[in-house]
Formats: sequence, structure tokens, C-alpha cells
Amino acid sequence: MSKLTIRNGRVMDPASGLDAVRDVAIEDGRIAAIGQDLDAAGANELDATGLIVAPGFIDMHVHLREPGFEHAETIESGSRAAAAGGFTSICCMPNTSPVNDNATVTSYIIERAGRHAVVNVFPIGAITKGSAGEQLAAIGLMKEAGIIAISDDGRPVMNARVMRRAMETAQSFGLPVIDHCEDLHLSAGGDMNEGVPSVRLGLRGIPAASEDVMVARDILLAELTGARFHVAHISSRHSVEMVAFAKARGLAVTSEATPHHFALTDGEMPPYDSNFKMKPPLRSTCDVAAITAGLVSGAVDAIATDHAPHAGSEKMQEFEQCPFGILGLETAIGITLERLVHPGKITLMRMIELFTTGPDSVLHLHRGRLLIGAPADITIFDTGRSWTFDVNRSCSKSRNSPFDGHSFRGGPVATIVHGKLVWSLDHVALGVPAASQ
Amino acid sequence: MPGGLLGIEPLDRVEIEGILDRAQRFQPRQTDSKKSDQLRGRMIVNLFFEASTRTRTSFEIAAKRLGADAISITASASSVSKGESLVDTLNTLGAMHPDAIVMRHAASGAPHFLARYLPTPIINAGDGTHEHPTQALLDARTILDRRPTLEGLRVAIIGDIAHSRVARSNMYLLSKFGAQIVLCGPAFLLPPELAQLAPGISLTHKMEEAIRDADVIMMLRVQLERQHEAAFSANEYFQFYGLRLEHMSRAKPDAIVMHPGPINRGREISSEVADSQRSVILNQVENGIAVRMAVLERILGN
Repeated sequence: MSKLTIRNGRVMDPASGLDAVRDVAIEDGRIAAIGQDLDAAGANELDATGLIVAPGFIDMHVHLREPGFEHAETIESGSRAAAAGGFTSICCMPNTSPVNDNATVTSYIIERAGRHAVVNVFPIGAITKGSAGEQLAAIGLMKEAGIIAISDDGRPVMNARVMRRAMETAQSFGLPVIDHCEDLHLSAGGDMNEGVPSVRLGLRGIPAASEDVMVARDILLAELTGARFHVAHISSRHSVEMVAFAKARGLAVTSEATPHHFALTDGEMPPYDSNFKMKPPLRSTCDVAAITAGLVSGAVDAIATDHAPHAGSEKMQEFEQCPFGILGLETAIGITLERLVHPGKITLMRMIELFTTGPDSVLHLHRGRLLIGAPADITIFDTGRSWTFDVNRSCSKSRNSPFDGHSFRGGPVATIVHGKLVWSLDHVALGVPAASQ
Repeated sequence: MPGGLLGIEPLDRVEIEGILDRAQRFQPRQTDSKKSDQLRGRMIVNLFFEASTRTRTSFEIAAKRLGADAISITASASSVSKGESLVDTLNTLGAMHPDAIVMRHAASGAPHFLARYLPTPIINAGDGTHEHPTQALLDARTILDRRPTLEGLRVAIIGDIAHSRVARSNMYLLSKFGAQIVLCGPAFLLPPELAQLAPGISLTHKMEEAIRDADVIMMLRVQLERQHEAAFSANEYFQFYGLRLEHMSRAKPDAIVMHPGPINRGREISSEVADSQRSVILNQVENGIAVRMAVLERILGN
């Protein structure tokens, strides 16, 4: 019988509205009690005085690169980066090699995660075979094997008829469709947002319209099919407006934003620094303002990192040759505090919601709340400590982060998955209470 | 500027004037002896990842006239074709301790990327669709050979502006000296954001408007290799954006016509204009050597 009591933390649970200093008692990996001065004889203790104790954070959009690209990340290393970033659950995109487009690959990921991951790993299946955009993947069989959504992230389905069939199928199996909304014809050849900075640098632009036209298409298809449609990494103001419009019409349309899309703009990119190259690209200050407003209003439901590791050799090339994507897991809480909570744009409770009940409302994982009897996935973080992100000490196998050397105020302190402390800051240690010593 | 020359945008007027003044002293008519030994013992590597005859030759001659040793490497003959990365190629060259690397590359920002990792000064001889700083310097030298100042001049730049590194470098340089710059080209080659790159820039799709009262008309080469959707046939392009004698009456009487070369006669410029008294195209080539000598001296001289 393993027991752990988290003492004196400010326990915040968006689902129940609880916001008070409490103890959280964990027994056998499940939440046993939440209360004051809990008697917990024989339990390990974690002193959370001055810290926030929240339901385990969910990152619904990561790339773990396994199978196929283990030089950049593995399920194990990615899960360690997740734990170090305060996440207890991560959802991995199917663009591995082979693509997760059938139950065998899904089972492989789940089996590897079971053995090597320190956090919960939920695979997302491909929409089409090989994510080639033509024939539907084995969606039903993947669902039985454990996928929690479908997406052709990075290689979006261009054919509206195929997307319609995918939505119908996903709907019948109770899965949401997550789309990386990008019209590949409009964005072809582009390396960064189309705007003054791209024209200045002589780099080919990716217009915001390439996202907007696909968001519009997918909203219309969601209405046609009744499917749950989720916009991945929303980056443009018009897309935020359209999601708000769809929600107002009562459609099951949701969206996520990445920390970099509400923290950085194309104008802030150091010239030709590939650690600022991702899709969708960093956009303008107007877009950042619209995404921030969407996070406040609810048009944006979740914060997701789109953690996309690439080996150093891939990012050490001419800008236009470099692959798209940056790390995100370990800096998400720090950026969110810095950009949204500290300036007073959202409350701490709303921030937690965006990392817990927000993604859970899209994915129906039955995670992201502090329920007695539920798996004890808990994120402990603080809001005041100064720390500096050193990418060379990242748990990820890759180093492509635009936030290397950035100083944050507040960040993850300890991560508990199924009652087990899987990561904590160096000075945080489990103690045994004096009375039982 | 001891760290190299990556672009015009980061330079200030004093630095630019310094190079232009010095270049004047290197012009053939200003000097009796063609060759000096100012940079004797210095080694300059010309590394061209993109085909170029005139710029490479111009840099080679500039180096040799200053007494430096210059070697030229073209990408097809180098290990690039064996899959070596750009960083490794440059690190290898860097380990041979040249005093400067003159570099042309098809990717915008390639020299900026390398400058972060390599201590050797890099001179940008054209990066993708970004900058071509020595071209703007030689263009300015050519204008100043005929006008006392750049201030207040009306300069029309006509053609594929979107993909032109020549246009960008010229815009930055001319703007710093108070010229009025009118950019002209087909809509899909003239993104409106260009107007925000520097003060004094305006845009038009009409050639007649661009040329009206112009002191300088800069024609750009039609870069078919960079246009993914050719919206104009050669014939239609020449009809709307090709410079012909009949246009010249709209410009100032003493207006000059420039072109970075190589010219496509009958494509963006008619033979009559290219060969006319107004054309200073060959002076540009001449000034190319003088300006590059001034740049090399500035970066490598003691």
C-alpha cells in the first residue's frame, strides 16, 4: 500500500471550483481524500506550502517521434520532458514512421509507453492511410486499440470529400477530428508568416488565409456531418473568429493554441533563426492579440504545445531547408504564466482549465480533475520562483527551442502520475512525517 | 564592418559613404596603375553556390588588383554535391584560415546563418531573395558619378521586386540617403509589404507612373526560375513591364537606365534602350570592381 500526502498546497480544481489550502491524500495511485489536516499515518509527505496543486496537466498535441525518428525523440525521452514540464498526460500525433494509421502501430506505441513512459501517453491515429490524404485509415480498429482522436497533423487532408468521410467515420466511433488547418496550395514553399518580416528577409510567406480557408471548410463539414472538429494550433485572428462563430451556432467545434503562438510574433524572430520556424508560423501582433482574447473568452479551449523535436543536424541548415517545429513541453507553464496570468489576462484557475478540463472536454479522457477515487495525476507548480530555461539540460533528445536562456517567473515543481512522483525540482523531496519516524 | 558585409540594411550612412568615396579612388580613370599590393598575402575564398559569372569575376579581379590571393569554388565542383552540409563546408574552409569568404547562395539568410558559427568575415555576394549589398553599392557609385547626391532623386525599380535581392539592397541604400523609390511590377511580384521596408518607398503597377520624372530607371532581370506560377507570357510581360524607347520621354531628360545584368533583350528591356546613351549598364560593371575593392580593403585592410 503506497501512500502519499501532499500537504498544505493551494489546491485548485476547475471542475469542482475548489480553490483552498488543502491536503491531498493518495493511496494506491488514486486520490483518497482532499481535506484539511488529513491524518495520513504511514504516508510519504510532500510539502506543497506556497505551491499550486492542480489536476494533472494534459498536452493534447505532441510529437514523440517513435517509431521511426528515435534520434530526435523517443516515447521515453518525450515523456520525461512532459513530466519536467508539469504534464501528466500527453497525446502523440501519428506522423511517425510508420505512420500510426493502423491498430498494430497504435498497439506498439501503447505497449512502448507502458514500459518506458513516465506519464500517460494517448495516441492519436491518422485520418488517412500514410497520412497521404486519399484513403481512410483503419479508424475503428485504431479506436479499439486505444486512439483518442484522429488527425493528419502536418499533412492535412486537402480533399474535402475525404475529410467529410473521415468526419462521418470519426463521429460514428465517438472520436474527435483534429485538423492541422493549412491549405497546402496556398502555403506551398512558404517558410514563415507572410508579412513585412518575410518580405524583409526575402523568405517565402505562408499567408494566414491558408489556415483560415481550411478552418472555414472544416467548420462547414462539421456542421454537415455532426462531427466533433478541433482546430490544432490555431494561429490566425480570422480562425479564432470563425471558431467563436461555430461555437455560437452550437457546433462541436473546439480549438487549441500553443504557447509560442500567443507569446511570439514573426517580427520578433532573430533573422533566419530556425528555432523560430514552425507550422503554422509565428504571426502578427494582431493574431497574438486575437488568440489571447480567445483564450480569455473560451473560443480557444486548450493550450497545447505542439512539441516537435528535431535533431540538431536538421535545424543546422539554411533556414529554408530546416524542418518545421520546436520543443514546447518544458516551457509551456512558464510562458503561460508570463504572458497570460502575470499580466492579469486570465486567472490562475482559467490557466489550469486550459491545461486540464479544456483538453479533456475535447478528448473525453476522463482526466483533468481532482476526483476521489480517480487516478492521482497531479501537477504541482509555483508562480513566483525565477528560473532560466537551459535547453542543454532539457529532458528531450532535441534542442530546438526559441526559449533557450529565457527567464521565467513560476513553473513546474513536481509531477505526480498515478500517485507516483515522476519528476520534481532538485530540492523537492518526499519526506516521512516526524510523528512516524 | 570588420565582421564582414551581410547586407545594406544594417549599415549607416557614414559606412556607406566611406565605401563609395573609397571606390571612386579605385575607378580606372582615377588611377594610373591598376594593381596595388595592399592586401598582399591575404587569401579570399569566393564560394559560389549559385551560378554567377559577373559577380564572381568582379570579386576575383577586385581581390587580385589589391594583391590578394583569390580562389573561387563553385558548388557543383565542391563537396556540396557529396551531401556535405553548409556548416561543414564552411567549417572546413574556415579551418584553412582564409581572410574572408565571399559567398553567394540560393537561400536567403545563408550567410547570416554561417556568420553565427564562423569567425571568418563573410561578404554576401547575394543570398536568395534577400540582399546583394555590393550591387547596391556599385549602383549608388554609378548614380553618383552622374549626380551630386542621391537625396531627392526619383528612382524607379521595375520588374520582379518580390524575388529581387538587388531591389531590396537598393531600396535600403537609396532610402538611407533620402531618395524617392518607386517600385513597379506585376501585382504578384509586388507584395504591398514592400512599402514598409524603408521610408520613401511607393508602389505602382503601371510602368508609365513609375517612370514619370524619374532620374534613374533600374530594370530587373525577369527571374523565371523563382516564379512558380508564370502569370505573364514573355510577350505580355514585355508589353507591360519591358522598357522601350517610347517610355523614356516620360523620365527626366537626363535620366539614366540601369540593369544588374545579365540583360534579357526584348524581355525586360529593348535593345534600343540597352544600347542607348542613357544606358549606364557597362559603367555598373566597371564600378562593380571598384566598389568590391573598397569593400575588401575595408574588411581586410589594416
